[in-house]
Amino acid sequence: MVSETTATMTEPVIQMENLNVYYGSTLAVRDVNINIPYNQVMAFIGPSGCGKSTVLRCLNRMNDLIPSARVEGKVTYHGRDIYSSDVDAVDLRRRVGMVFQKPNPFPKSIYENIAFGARINGYQGDMDELVEDSLRKAAIWDEVKDQLKKSGLALSGGQQQRLCIARAIALQPDVILMDEPCSALDPISTLRVEELINQLKDQYTIVIVTHNMQQASRVSDYTAFFNAEATEQGGKQGFLVECDTTKTIFNNPREKSTQEYVSGRFG
Amino acid sequence: MNADSNLSQVADALWKPNRGLNNFVQRAVVITFAMFALISIATTFGIVASLVFETFEFFTAVPIWRFLTDRQWTPLFTNAQYGIFVLLSGTFLTSLIAIVVAVPLGLFSAICLSEYASPNLRRWLKPALELLAGVPSVVFGYFALLLVTPFLRSMFPQIAGFNALSAGLVLGISITPLIASLSEDAIYAVPDSLRQGCYALGTTRRETITGVVLPAALSGIVASCILAISRAVGETMIVALAAGQNPTMTLNPFVPIMTMTAYIVQVSLGDTPAGSLAYKSIFAVGTSLFLLTLILNVFSFWFVRRFQEKYE
Repeated sequence: MVSETTATMTEPVIQMENLNVYYGSTLAVRDVNINIPYNQVMAFIGPSGCGKSTVLRCLNRMNDLIPSARVEGKVTYHGRDIYSSDVDAVDLRRRVGMVFQKPNPFPKSIYENIAFGARINGYQGDMDELVEDSLRKAAIWDEVKDQLKKSGLALSGGQQQRLCIARAIALQPDVILMDEPCSALDPISTLRVEELINQLKDQYTIVIVTHNMQQASRVSDYTAFFNAEATEQGGKQGFLVECDTTKTIFNNPREKSTQEYVSGRFG
Repeated sequence: MNADSNLSQVADALWKPNRGLNNFVQRAVVITFAMFALISIATTFGIVASLVFETFEFFTAVPIWRFLTDRQWTPLFTNAQYGIFVLLSGTFLTSLIAIVVAVPLGLFSAICLSEYASPNLRRWLKPALELLAGVPSVVFGYFALLLVTPFLRSMFPQIAGFNALSAGLVLGISITPLIASLSEDAIYAVPDSLRQGCYALGTTRRETITGVVLPAALSGIVASCILAISRAVGETMIVALAAGQNPTMTLNPFVPIMTMTAYIVQVSLGDTPAGSLAYKSIFAVGTSLFLLTLILNVFSFWFVRRFQEKYE
């Protein structure tokens, strides 16, 4: 896997081609085409109901867990179609990690929160080393190194979220998906997580969904703007408006709706 | 400013709430409800008081060390012996068999219902399981005596017509819905965000259940098992009908035994005169039973308090 990664460094890590997502018979998001470049931060922004989280969850097949969800089109990871029958979603999720909106540490010790996933995935190296390394990379080691046996639930919200990031890092993924990782955090914790994202992009490709446009402009290199339109059935249908460098999206977007959204006129 | 204060005076004069009757009803309701609540508390105290009183009388006639060390339980014989461990062994044996049956059955049903069953299947399975909880225990008793015992004897001819095995097995089936239902509640209460977080680490469904869901629901599952044990210990009809009425100090499940509850039934239905020592002995047995279930409940309460996880 490592050699393959370096060989395709200039290629996008994840490519979405004509991606449509259905819930039951309702088309929730249509026609998404995005290339996610290697070791960069890509932000998904847009008003609620535009399907940005739905698209994010397609990238590690978390949508498989919703019985009614169905995906059309193509999503490739290092060139392989992740929805083809020979790809194991469990294996894919080890390589494409995820951090959720609300911190969700397991009711286990801090140490076990990190070691659990690694052990289940048959990690053969030194577990203590992996735990320390992951906690260091998630910038939480200094705060928890003396209390590794304490429950992960005893930490503050911001610490819990960094623990969850460490938990994802411990599996040595190359992509980390973040679904509004700061929306449940206070401003200071948010700042720490943003700093962390900036450090992590040297080693990982990061895709972050955010409601907060300032956050997108602060942490991301590329931004995809999604919008939603009302359907005849009274629901909402999301679609990709445009995807470009964050600079372009915020300063000189192609579409008028993007301009209006990033300048705060709706959303 | 002046106009304003005038207005507020005028407005005040318009608002005259008539709550005299309301306040009276309010107080009457509180008192009525408090009395209803008191009835159950008073009943509990009444039971404990009568138990303690008669038990005390029993122990003035029979020293407690005999109660704890006699090797036989024969209060109705002329040469009476009062070894409570004889009855305890019967209760222990049937409850043990019951719990060995009920914990795996109940727990697997709970896991199946909450983690594997489709919403449609769940809609049918859960009421079906709860229907089992509604079967009267006397029906279970005859089921054990007339169906399970003959079946067991067809396989192992050495089994007696009344035996602890048959009673224990059916007792286990009768407490399965309790474990299944309470464990299912505990598993259902595990936040979905934990499951999602676990799947996102690259785990299969089985790994998610054994690695995260069950440990997170552990306190509730253990509490349900302890509650089921105290139900098994206190269950009367099944063991009185199917396990025999033969006080024996044994852990052999193939022979007739007698549980604490079965003894109480035997004496209270028989022609033992009230006030006799044999009559008082059922209160001593009752107190032992009460203490046993009390200890179990206190332990369960402590365990839940100690291991329950608080999620936001």
